[in-house]
Amino acid sequence: MKFRDIAERTGELGVLTSRSFAALLSPPYEISQWVRQMEQIGVRSLGVAAITTVFTGMVLALQTALSLPSIGVKYYIGSVVSKSLVRELGPVLTALIVGGRIGSGMTAEIGTMKVTEQIDALRSMAADPVKKLVVPKLAATLVMLPALTIIGDFLGILGGLVIATYTLNLPPGLYLNDVFSSLTFGDVCSGIAKSFFFAYFIALVGCYNGLNTQGGADGVGRATTNTVVLAAILVLVSDFFLTKLFYILT
Amino acid sequence: MTDPAEALYVVRGLTKRYGDRTVLDSVDFDIRRGECLVILGRSGTGKSVTLRQLNGLEKPDAGSVVFDGVELTTLEERDLFPLRRRIAMLFQSGALFDSMNVFDNIAFPLREHTELTADEIAETVREKLAMVRLKDVEGKMPSDLSGGMRKRVALARSLALQPEVMLFDEPTTGLDPVTSATIGKLIRTIQTELGVTSAVVTHDIALAHTVGDRIAFLDDGKFRFIGDWQEADAQEDTVLRDFLAGREEDPEEEDHAA
Repeated sequence: MKFRDIAERTGELGVLTSRSFAALLSPPYEISQWVRQMEQIGVRSLGVAAITTVFTGMVLALQTALSLPSIGVKYYIGSVVSKSLVRELGPVLTALIVGGRIGSGMTAEIGTMKVTEQIDALRSMAADPVKKLVVPKLAATLVMLPALTIIGDFLGILGGLVIATYTLNLPPGLYLNDVFSSLTFGDVCSGIAKSFFFAYFIALVGCYNGLNTQGGADGVGRATTNTVVLAAILVLVSDFFLTKLFYILT
Repeated sequence: MTDPAEALYVVRGLTKRYGDRTVLDSVDFDIRRGECLVILGRSGTGKSVTLRQLNGLEKPDAGSVVFDGVELTTLEERDLFPLRRRIAMLFQSGALFDSMNVFDNIAFPLREHTELTADEIAETVREKLAMVRLKDVEGKMPSDLSGGMRKRVALARSLALQPEVMLFDEPTTGLDPVTSATIGKLIRTIQTELGVTSAVVTHDIALAHTVGDRIAFLDDGKFRFIGDWQEADAQEDTVLRDFLAGREEDPEEEDHAA
């Protein structure tokens, strides 16, 4: 891709951002649409989000105890698991898994509407596709991805507890005590703040690629693939910079 | 050219390029109040592009489109909205929202732009469906409808806001000849009953005869002919005559002309 194309896309993403936030904040608010999207995006992603974080929590506990056996690190498993999950792995893995699912869904849905002239039909009936399609998806993602992240963090810590209790034979109280004494308010805030940014990237890229789909079923396929890749890259790259930023802030 | 008072649309110097290809090359035409102008031409000659300028779905590279005294080409998307409520468009594939059933599709513009109550909306939807000779299909999803029925539902939806202008993009494409004829007659009936101004893009000569008051023949980015059927019949132009008669063009002559 040429530099010119990248600059042009970035500009268009910026325009879509300002248009969708302006539409998000201005009435009428179509709450029923938002709720429908929240169900689609949030509730139906609960399963994958839960599996991802529970197993990550269990693996973290196991790896920490087994790879550093000598120095009695297993008594600190609670802090290792909770800090890594809440600050880093919870938001990022949830964004990658859930983002792949919902971002590709948004592109496929809006992209199909684009190539079958349904977007043009909306415009011809004096309805704004950004207000009708992008805003409910953006709003729902901004609410549901952080919510899923919080639930995921919680389940991941429980996964760690299961391994600590049954495989490593720690008293559950010790693990939980370690979790609560080490986890700070700043840890929780930075993790949730990250997931807001990730939610914005996923919804924006998903909707942008949908609205710019061209060339029939083939085009929808290409746009959908592009969304999964681009959303994942944006999550991982921005995660690094957000981590730096939050360490400076806290 | 037409008397300005009579013309609802005045289009001048309309030019549209895609990359290096000039699809429309400084096209001029008028659409008079209450008439039906049929834009004819072979596939890929820019007929649909012309139609999409008439409600501002696409912007031209040059030229002006004046609708009822308002220049469309310089308007922002937002400012086009009040005008688009008066201009309905019927898309080639129908473009029904496939996430909604028939009822919600037809109710969509009503819920969007009117203050009607749920009962009044239901009444209007039934009335519009009756106009396109359909009933008991409100609960069906677009994917469960045949091609002809989808076109009818789309027609009902475009009638919902009682438009002054209707733009038809290839209304009979993909339909069998019998259904095409029925749709053609339906469009004609609606035009005369409601007195709407309309523009129809098609390559279906039979449809053009059924609905058209005047025809405009688009060829190679220009209108080769604009006028009524009598004038068309009097034309000596072999390209136009061949097209209207449905005769295949002589490929050698084409080469010679190029």
